[in-house]
Amino acid sequence: MVDVPVKRLRFGQTQRRDAWWVTPAISFLILGSFVVYATWAAFQGDHYFVGNYLSPFYSPELWGGSPHALFGTKPSFIPEWVPFSPALLILWAPGGFRFTCYYYRGNYYKSMWADPPACAVGEPRKHYLGEKVFPLIIQNLHRYFLYFAVFFLFFLAHDAWKSFWFNDSFGVGVGSLIITANVILLGGYTFSCHSMRHLVGGFLDRFSAKPARSSCYDCVSSLNRHHHLWAWCSLFCVAGCDVYIRLLSKGVICDWRIF
Amino acid sequence: MTTSVSATFKIWRGDASGGAFVEYQTQLSEGMVVLDAVHQIQAESAPDLACRWNCKAGKCGSCSAEVNGVPRLMCMTRMNDLPVDQPVTIQPLHTFPMIRDLVTDVSWNYRQKLRVKKFSPRAPDRPDGTYTMYQRDIERVQEFRKCIECFLCQDVCHVLRDHEKHDEFIGPRLLIYTASLEMHPLDGEDRLQALKDEHGIGYCNITKCCTKVCPEEIRITDNGIIPLKERVVDEFYDPLKIVLRALGVKKQKTAK
Ligand code: SF4
Ligand code: SF4
Ligand code: FES
Ligand code: FES
Repeated sequence: MVDVPVKRLRFGQTQRRDAWWVTPAISFLILGSFVVYATWAAFQGDHYFVGNYLSPFYSPELWGGSPHALFGTKPSFIPEWVPFSPALLILWAPGGFRFTCYYYRGNYYKSMWADPPACAVGEPRKHYLGEKVFPLIIQNLHRYFLYFAVFFLFFLAHDAWKSFWFNDSFGVGVGSLIITANVILLGGYTFSCHSMRHLVGGFLDRFSAKPARSSCYDCVSSLNRHHHLWAWCSLFCVAGCDVYIRLLSKGVICDWRIF
Repeated sequence: MTTSVSATFKIWRGDASGGAFVEYQTQLSEGMVVLDAVHQIQAESAPDLACRWNCKAGKCGSCSAEVNGVPRLMCMTRMNDLPVDQPVTIQPLHTFPMIRDLVTDVSWNYRQKLRVKKFSPRAPDRPDGTYTMYQRDIERVQEFRKCIECFLCQDVCHVLRDHEKHDEFIGPRLLIYTASLEMHPLDGEDRLQALKDEHGIGYCNITKCCTKVCPEEIRITDNGIIPLKERVVDEFYDPLKIVLRALGVKKQKTAK
């Protein structure tokens, strides 16, 4: 029985004096721009590689027109009228990983859905389901996207390795550094995941009985403390990496070879 | 801050039937906290102003209120951290029934506590009925034991504050209370079904307002609620685990 009557606040109503709307507005702009850019880039289907550099939006490239493709060119069973790009085949996995991430969820529920717009600020809607029932109950499958994300890290690490080999000779270009930074940041993001923390040891009540798991739990926990930072840095890096390779491929800029 | 600075306060006055903000002026002095200002206003101009407090040291959790719209302990909010060029608003907790002025009835929280299954010891480690407990094992729940039951987190949580799910959601304070039992190395009780159903952990959308206001700096969402959500996933939403359990490959949940 509800025994606590509450006076409902209007949307945006608050006694807060600070500029509470600034942080959600910045998040809205960054997340919104990222989604728009990533969708646009995924549909392009070209300018996603230059020599040994491959854009992370297109990695792993299962089928496609670049030398990086694992299984050759676009398979014939995909009809002509279906929009095709190597990114469309794989981007659901990292996309789903970010969409269901605990940190991003908390962030976009505020900045994109105003539920709440900010702490102690009135909400636009009365109705609320939370993550208790469909549709948001599916957020609970986050750990499955984590499994894919870990799997993808191997391909991204391989891309980083390849980015140092220019026509079979070792070298370092700015692109190599960006691609390497990208896999490190994505690694930090993936291994700081809350589901990872649970799966490596968080489910235990008695750590002392499982010393190996307990150490893994400590490692993931220390990364997890800054999960939000890993999330933002890797987001910027992955988009920046695609932009860089796209501009290189279009001939707008040249890759600076450090040695 | 010099002793000559005075500040205006807009304090909510009224009871369950209604009320309004009333303006008071008072002199500020060095090291003053909001609770001092309220006491000074009581002494100077409003002897009938109701306000609850006890320790003035951030440890009893009695003086919770909303200062400039933010849920805070009045005794731990320093005046020199607040802008005094405009009136400072002080109002009671929004989420609980009003008694009078700055005092609300927070007993709902204690009633929720009674709904959480009690500590129940698991099988002893040795035949003589004794246990071994390591610091390593108890560390995680010690963070939750710092809670002073100020209910600022309950006040700010939008599930209660805006959506009034008081009958379906126990709120962040009670979720970390559950976590402190559920993760306890000597506890053998299973609270996951209750968390999912009657305690409504699914209503929490991890927006972390509770963590932001907690005066004990307990990482309520990251260390309490999310790990509990993950345990609920293990038990009820992970399709692979459900299949493995059905096939008997994996054991039903027991105390780990
Ligand atoms: S994180 Fe969850 S419990 Fe904490 S304030 Fe937000 S919705 Fe409420
Ligand atoms: S968890 Fe923190 S904010 Fe919530 S009641 Fe306890 S001390 Fe107060
Ligand atoms: S919680 Fe953010 S990636 Fe898993
Ligand atoms: S008076 Fe005890 S916490 Fe403020």
